[in-house]
Amino acid sequence: MASVTMTVNGKSVSGEVEGRTLLSDFLRNDLHLTGTHVGCDTSQCGACVIHVNGAAVKACTMFAVEADGTDVATIEGQANADGSLNVIQQAFQDHHGLQCGFCTPGMVMSAAALLKENPTPTEREVREYLEGNICRCTGYHNIVKAIMAASGQDVSAIAAE
Amino acid sequence: MPKDGGIGASTTRREDVRFLTGKGKYTADINVFGQAAAIFVRSTVANGVIKSIDTSAAESMPGVLAVFTGEDFVDVGGNPAGWLINSRDGEPMKEPKRPVLAHGKVRHVGDAYAAVIAETEQQARDAAEEIIADIEELPAVINMADALAGDNYVHDEIGTNQCFDWGWIEDNRAATDEAIKNAPHVTTLELVNNRLVPNAMEPRASIGTYDAAGDSYLLQTTSQNPHLTRLLISAFVLGIPENKLTVIAPDVGGGFGSKIYHYGEEALVLAASKKVGRPVKWVADRTESFLSDAHGRDHVTKIELACEKDGTFIAFRSETLANVGAYLSNFSTATPTFLHGTLMAGNYTVPNVYVNVKTVFTNTAPVDAYRGAGRPEATYSIERVIDMAARELGMDPVELRRKNFIKRDQFPFTSAAGLEYDSGDYDALMDKMEAIVDRKAFEERRKASEAKGKLRGLGINAYVEACGIAPSNLVGVLGSRVGLYDAATVRVNATGNLSVMVGAHSHGQGHETVFPQIVADMLGIDPASVDIVHGDTSKIPFGMGTYGSRSLAVCGSAMVRATEKIIAKAKKIAAHMLEASADDVDFAEGQFTVKGTDKSVSFGEVALKAYIPHNYPLEDIEPGLEETAFYDPANFTYPSGAYACEVEVDPETGKVTIERFTACDDFGNVMNPMIVSGQVHGGVVQGIGQALLENTTYDENGQLLSASYMDYVMPRADDLPFIAVSHDGGTPCTHNPLGAKGCGEGGAIGSPPTVVNAVIDALQSGGKNVTHIDMPLTPARVWAAMNNA
Repeated sequence: MASVTMTVNGKSVSGEVEGRTLLSDFLRNDLHLTGTHVGCDTSQCGACVIHVNGAAVKACTMFAVEADGTDVATIEGQANADGSLNVIQQAFQDHHGLQCGFCTPGMVMSAAALLKENPTPTEREVREYLEGNICRCTGYHNIVKAIMAASGQDVSAIAAE
Repeated sequence: MPKDGGIGASTTRREDVRFLTGKGKYTADINVFGQAAAIFVRSTVANGVIKSIDTSAAESMPGVLAVFTGEDFVDVGGNPAGWLINSRDGEPMKEPKRPVLAHGKVRHVGDAYAAVIAETEQQARDAAEEIIADIEELPAVINMADALAGDNYVHDEIGTNQCFDWGWIEDNRAATDEAIKNAPHVTTLELVNNRLVPNAMEPRASIGTYDAAGDSYLLQTTSQNPHLTRLLISAFVLGIPENKLTVIAPDVGGGFGSKIYHYGEEALVLAASKKVGRPVKWVADRTESFLSDAHGRDHVTKIELACEKDGTFIAFRSETLANVGAYLSNFSTATPTFLHGTLMAGNYTVPNVYVNVKTVFTNTAPVDAYRGAGRPEATYSIERVIDMAARELGMDPVELRRKNFIKRDQFPFTSAAGLEYDSGDYDALMDKMEAIVDRKAFEERRKASEAKGKLRGLGINAYVEACGIAPSNLVGVLGSRVGLYDAATVRVNATGNLSVMVGAHSHGQGHETVFPQIVADMLGIDPASVDIVHGDTSKIPFGMGTYGSRSLAVCGSAMVRATEKIIAKAKKIAAHMLEASADDVDFAEGQFTVKGTDKSVSFGEVALKAYIPHNYPLEDIEPGLEETAFYDPANFTYPSGAYACEVEVDPETGKVTIERFTACDDFGNVMNPMIVSGQVHGGVVQGIGQALLENTTYDENGQLLSASYMDYVMPRADDLPFIAVSHDGGTPCTHNPLGAKGCGEGGAIGSPPTVVNAVIDALQSGGKNVTHIDMPLTPARVWAAMNNA
């Protein structure tokens, strides 16, 4: 067992983990932050995307010990200080960018990383950035639309509803 | 115009807030005090005799509480098939037992034969590695034709690999054969409807908790259908009395059919909890999901279309082999029969239809309903062969379809496959689709593609499906062992807000938002004062779950009926309060008013009176304001659509890109257009996935080669364009109170042939004589077709 300490959503946390404990399992099982979902075993689905030191990371590809000393952000820390949805979350609700909700935390975290890198992405840029996030419900239509809307672009001309 | 937040309003979803903030509660997110973990040990061979299983080393591993094998379940029941299908000769289908854990033989890779319960998941996993099973591998039966020809049986005790040989409609067989024999033109197509894995993003998970004090059980599980799961466990598998078993399906991360069914893991965690005296939790990993979730489709079909020289359809005839895998999953026998054969007249006035389906056991995972379930297979066969016939006859594919469409004034129309379509307007859908697509400008777009060195094709399609499943009397005659009604309880609380308990389960469909829209609209109150309770058998009267696009058409109708009862009772209470006769009281906009006066009371005042019945006619009216309704539909509902797809094909590589996709659907009356559009987007993309990307591949030994997202190609955002969707102005369903037909499956039903028709059109435009390619149309397959043609 090893001791780890990290900052998660602005709070310092620590725990004892096995060498094989994945960061996703540490977040879910030790910190009870179950918004980070696990949808595959091969780092393909992206339901577990979080931010580590500001970069989008699949939490299932990192051991908890590797995150020692880092600054971690998860879906639970994304809302505004008053508890209201942030701009990206609100755009997902406004544009019906989620259905079952399982991929949603990863989508929101990926979208946040994209918009930090590229504040007004084109449709193609959004689609390519989301290559590592699988959604089975929405056909991505409203996810792409929501992310473009969150970036301040006018999405009213996008295909009929 | 819809009322504020009422029927027809694109209200944003209230459930989104918890999902967007990480507060959703899926089964894997639930941890119960004292829980232990279960890990299943699964067969690595497709067919084998279990000689022995040595669990002693595993049992002595750290943290291990118990080890189970098939021996532990020989005295309990099996997981049954929900529909009894008879063969053409009247023989009932073959129904081998499907045990909780494999016993005697393993029958597919992933077939669980043991389970380890330990303090932690890691300890259970470590111990599972120490189970020593002596399994004598036998040759696997994978290909359906081989399975029928040989004498290597998946289930030795039934002495055949054929489950049944079904004809629909058997009495029409001779006439159809005769019509085809004498027809001036017959188009024949042999095709494969590729095997898919539903792939809900949330893997299956279950927590079993036995309470010794009450001798009762709780199962928290990933289900579309918690009441059916309870019924199956109680009546067939473990014999736990229904009143001693609660099944809760909390937030569920998608289903698409795969979570309709009861699976052995659910029975195991309940039995294990009783044995170890602790709650037992199991969460599948993705590979396990690929190996053990029910798969979909997997038909091999020969379809013939006979027509006059002018294109008038004379007959459809099809022969299909349908794979059911190694065991019968709960609806696996209904999917290739009554959800498929009955739709084989399509949108057309064709007078003769005959369908033959042989279902086949193989050493593969069970196959059952996946989004659309039988209807995508029917639509694909029909709409591909029509396109081929149009080409052979030199006719425009739209005109050929229009020539044979059932016309608006012909409804209700009984098709040659035996269903009575209640309403529809297929020409209007085609008109709308052609207007959105702007076919006249297509040639310009084709030229632009050709200038880039690409081939461009336009594919079109029409579909009709039968959903809103289903009238119990009818399905009972057809072999269903359950009724397919649904139920709702509307509880008006004393302070005027409402809890509505519904049998349908929401796992992405948005019931928590849409169902309150309907109740609030009927009662003239704020939708925010209505909450839905779903997914808990201890709180809900009964339910048959969510599948077959049935939630709104069936459960929503039950909810309407219960709300009507509420209004009727509330009117009597209001009449007493207003000192009037109930016949003289009108109800509108949340107010009860004496006709022709300004005397009125609000709905909220009536609710309070019902619970504080002072000065109340107790001799005539009971206190309280709560009503339950069960609703059994009079018929299926019949959504329909006209779809178009434009593709570009790179002749150098065979790669297909979707350039445009248009979906015009008739879902009847639409409650929330935003949510309906979302359902279409998702369905269409699953269909595009089937057409271009997804395939479930077993090798000849029964190893699943496509058991991860590295190998099974899911549609990604960059594979797709925006989808143009239109569903306004539909023809209402004539037999349910909402006029709603259901929108969950149309997209997945209508899209695969549209895409394939477009690719064939593109190749033909490039001078390639390619008339058919089997799905998925991967670059390798398209390139090979182009270069061998």
